[in-house]
Amino acid sequence: MGILEVKDVGKRFGGLQALGDVNLSVAENTVHAIIGPNGAGKSTLLNCLVGKLIPDTGSVMFDGQSVLGRTPFEINQMGISRVFQTPEIFGELSVMENMMIPCFAKRDGSFRMHAIENMHNEKDIVEKAEAMLEDMNMADKRHMHSSSMSRGDKRRLEIGMCLAQEPRLLLLDEPTAGMARADTNNTIDLLKQIKEERDITIAIIEHDMHVVFSLSERITVLAQGTPLVEDTPENIKGHPKVREAYLGESA
Amino acid sequence: MLGLNKKDTSLLVIVAALVMFAPFILNPFPSDSGLAQFNAGYPDLMQRFVIFGIFAIGFNILFGLTGYLSFGHAAFLGVGSYSAVWMFKLLSMNVIPAIALAIVVSGLFAVLIGFVSLRRSGIYFSILTLAFAQMSFNLAYSVLTPITNGETGLQLTLNDPRILGESATADGSIPVTSLFGLEMRSTYEMVVGPWAFQFNAGYYLCGIIMLLAFYLSIRIFRSPFGMMLRAIKSNQTRLNYTGLNPRPYALAAFVISGMYAGLAGGLMASMDPLAGAERMQWTASGEVVLMTILGGTGTLIGPVLGAGFIKYFENIFSKINDTVLHNWFSFMPDGLEDFVVFLIHPFIGKGWHLTLGILFMLVVTFLPGGLVEGGQRISRMVKKKSDDDTNAKTTPAE
Amino acid sequence: MDAIILQILNGLDKGSAYALIALGLTLIFGTLGVVNFAHGALFMIGAFCAVTLSKILNLSFETVDPTQTDFLGNPLKVKTPYVMEWFGAETGAAIIDWAVPLAILFSIPIMIGIGFIMERGLIKHFYKREHADQILVTFGLAIVLQEVVKYFFGANPIPTGAPDVFKGSFDFGVMLGFDPNAIIYPYWRLVYFAFSAIIIGGVFAFLQFTTFGMVVRAGMADRETVGLLGINIDKRFTIMFGIAAAVAGLAGVMYAPINSPNYHMGMDFLVLSFVVVVVGGMGSLPGAVLAGFLLGVLESFASMNEIKSLIPGIDQIIIYVVAIIILLTRPRGLMGRKGVMEE
Repeated sequence: MGILEVKDVGKRFGGLQALGDVNLSVAENTVHAIIGPNGAGKSTLLNCLVGKLIPDTGSVMFDGQSVLGRTPFEINQMGISRVFQTPEIFGELSVMENMMIPCFAKRDGSFRMHAIENMHNEKDIVEKAEAMLEDMNMADKRHMHSSSMSRGDKRRLEIGMCLAQEPRLLLLDEPTAGMARADTNNTIDLLKQIKEERDITIAIIEHDMHVVFSLSERITVLAQGTPLVEDTPENIKGHPKVREAYLGESA
Repeated sequence: MLGLNKKDTSLLVIVAALVMFAPFILNPFPSDSGLAQFNAGYPDLMQRFVIFGIFAIGFNILFGLTGYLSFGHAAFLGVGSYSAVWMFKLLSMNVIPAIALAIVVSGLFAVLIGFVSLRRSGIYFSILTLAFAQMSFNLAYSVLTPITNGETGLQLTLNDPRILGESATADGSIPVTSLFGLEMRSTYEMVVGPWAFQFNAGYYLCGIIMLLAFYLSIRIFRSPFGMMLRAIKSNQTRLNYTGLNPRPYALAAFVISGMYAGLAGGLMASMDPLAGAERMQWTASGEVVLMTILGGTGTLIGPVLGAGFIKYFENIFSKINDTVLHNWFSFMPDGLEDFVVFLIHPFIGKGWHLTLGILFMLVVTFLPGGLVEGGQRISRMVKKKSDDDTNAKTTPAE
Repeated sequence: MDAIILQILNGLDKGSAYALIALGLTLIFGTLGVVNFAHGALFMIGAFCAVTLSKILNLSFETVDPTQTDFLGNPLKVKTPYVMEWFGAETGAAIIDWAVPLAILFSIPIMIGIGFIMERGLIKHFYKREHADQILVTFGLAIVLQEVVKYFFGANPIPTGAPDVFKGSFDFGVMLGFDPNAIIYPYWRLVYFAFSAIIIGGVFAFLQFTTFGMVVRAGMADRETVGLLGINIDKRFTIMFGIAAAVAGLAGVMYAPINSPNYHMGMDFLVLSFVVVVVGGMGSLPGAVLAGFLLGVLESFASMNEIKSLIPGIDQIIIYVVAIIILLTRPRGLMGRKGVMEE
């Protein structure tokens, strides 16, 4: 029984069957990649997991509880954090403030009225955020406006913000899209390090095969809204069906 | 001090000093000089400065922090005024219960409107708040006449019950508002040579309340709650995917700023116990938006500056007429003098709104950060210039 | 039954005005992505075009008429409008009488000109700014336009009459077989409705059947893609702004005989037109028209005495109540498209 169980999930947009009978099981403490050509339904599937879309059929269970019908912030509080394709951070806030917000969310839940409290009295939050910035190698940037950072740094900050919530499942949506090679390699190293240091399950949607094969332990190939095969990276590499549906396209 | 850092404390101290010494500061010109018309140190105007300051500080908590642009905030001001006047009619002429009721009622009203309006964001939110405010305005003029007294406006009469007070004073007139016996209208005049400084009880009450409101807003700005509100403005998607529910945060900000507006309305009625529907009109809502933007949205001091600026110039501009202009420009040759007066004429007196509209456009277009940003730009330029000067001096020596 | 028909008819003229203003607002919003709070002011300026033309046509010179004397026995001074002098008394009088319809021609170039100046001079600089900034700057502009009109024309409403032929009412009920006097309807309101229908039809035909319209519609659907095709979309949008301004202006010109123009009529209509746009669905042209008429008719029903005695004050707030219900239950409005202005 995996930490995330997707059963018979289907989603239709008008006449287009975006997802049909998707079954997927992500085992705890593994890195699971979901790959597939453009329009295979990867993003739709991801949006169904985090509450942005509600599937027409099927069920999505996280740690034995259904996520369907819950809002994104409720699902996040259950322990699923999401990293976006283009980094979503609080651009007008400083790096330190960006890191403090998930710490508050972890400690206080989805809403707490702390209108008069002084920020300096929130010692545990400040310490945790600083430690997290240290982990991300960003301590020197703590006073920067986060919108003025490079794309690679924004990605690093976003991942750090997700980790500060101590999620059980981290969802990554093409984390290296649009990145230069050096930034991509940095991100891979960061993710490897995270995997080693923390008890965390990672599900990753990715286009870049280099990233997929250097990180993942299981791979699901999605094509036209349904899973084609699911196997280890070694087996996927040589799988004829996959070559045909996916790798053949780029070869 | 008071849980504020050094910078905020000094800001608070400066504002407190300005408020306390306003009767001096705003009265720099001797009363017999020609410039006396630029004095602003009389009670009525000073009260307006601080009351609109409170209104704008509250509006800034919503707009400045969350970015939600409400076009219906005057409705809360109106509700506050009506509540306060009713308290004067029914209970007593003491301002404390009146102000308390004004805050409570406008707060409840804000919960209702905010709950519905905050279901949508962006322009939809602006239109919803505008619709609610127009609706309140229309109702105040029509069906709610028993409560609002329609077009005439709500006033005190000799027949009001005033359970804890008296319906009429011994000499048969309507009693005046007071703070435990201290009449709001009582003014001490200090005459120093040609100057006459006025110290009004009502102004000082409003001033102290404004300082409290200002202090509270600093605390909110610096609190985790304030940070969440800025996060709402910055990126709602990320906030949602960080496990935080933006709606109760935004609603709390909306209600707080509605209560500030109600407080301002209650104070207005406490200084002059009447209330009319025109206070709720959407141009009045637009005015508080302008005050906040003109001063500097999202800054602490901005709204206070903006409110003071607009109320001061409203007062001055309304007083200037053609005769005054002819006096000013009398040094010019006759034809030119008439021409200049002709050019300026549309903007003064009753033309204040035209000036206001132009100011609005200029500020939004060229100075979106308001006076605060303008001040920063100037200080940066000065700094850069003096740096250049020192560089210029040192370079040849090397 | 007759009462219902009467209320529908009564709602049509206000509904027409809402529909025309909302149409322009939607065009501007859909094409330029700008929320124009000054659009009501354009409606108001249109109405004042009618006032101005009527004033111009009435410009007179004074002559002394020796055949008439005033009560002191002095010869009477008689004012004769120039048009009557130039075109003869009869034609001149007819021209003055028809001032409002003539103002249509007079106002089109003025309104398009104002639209161009507004777009090129101000709005252009706000395409990339936040919606809040757009709202604020156009709000400032609306105040300025309103105050300028107030400065020149004063604060009081200026009665501006329809041509004599259209004055008076006709008994609509008799035509439908009801009792006489059951449905009395002023001619001019019917003219206004017909005129609005023509304008609305014209705008839709223009968008549907011309290449220009096709590009604009494509631009409304997806601005970036159309821009990529190498089509100079900005220039077309400027023209579209002029057209939207003209539509609002024409709505105002013809409205002058229904309600005497005053300087704040623009603001009054603007708030309601925004509500109309929201109810119809932001970015949907048919939605704007439909919602305009719907709300006009609803407002008219709510002002019936039977309904008012049932729910006091409902006539004052009906439009807002409907808007709030629609926004909460159907956030996209009646005919809103997906993806337009969501969050």
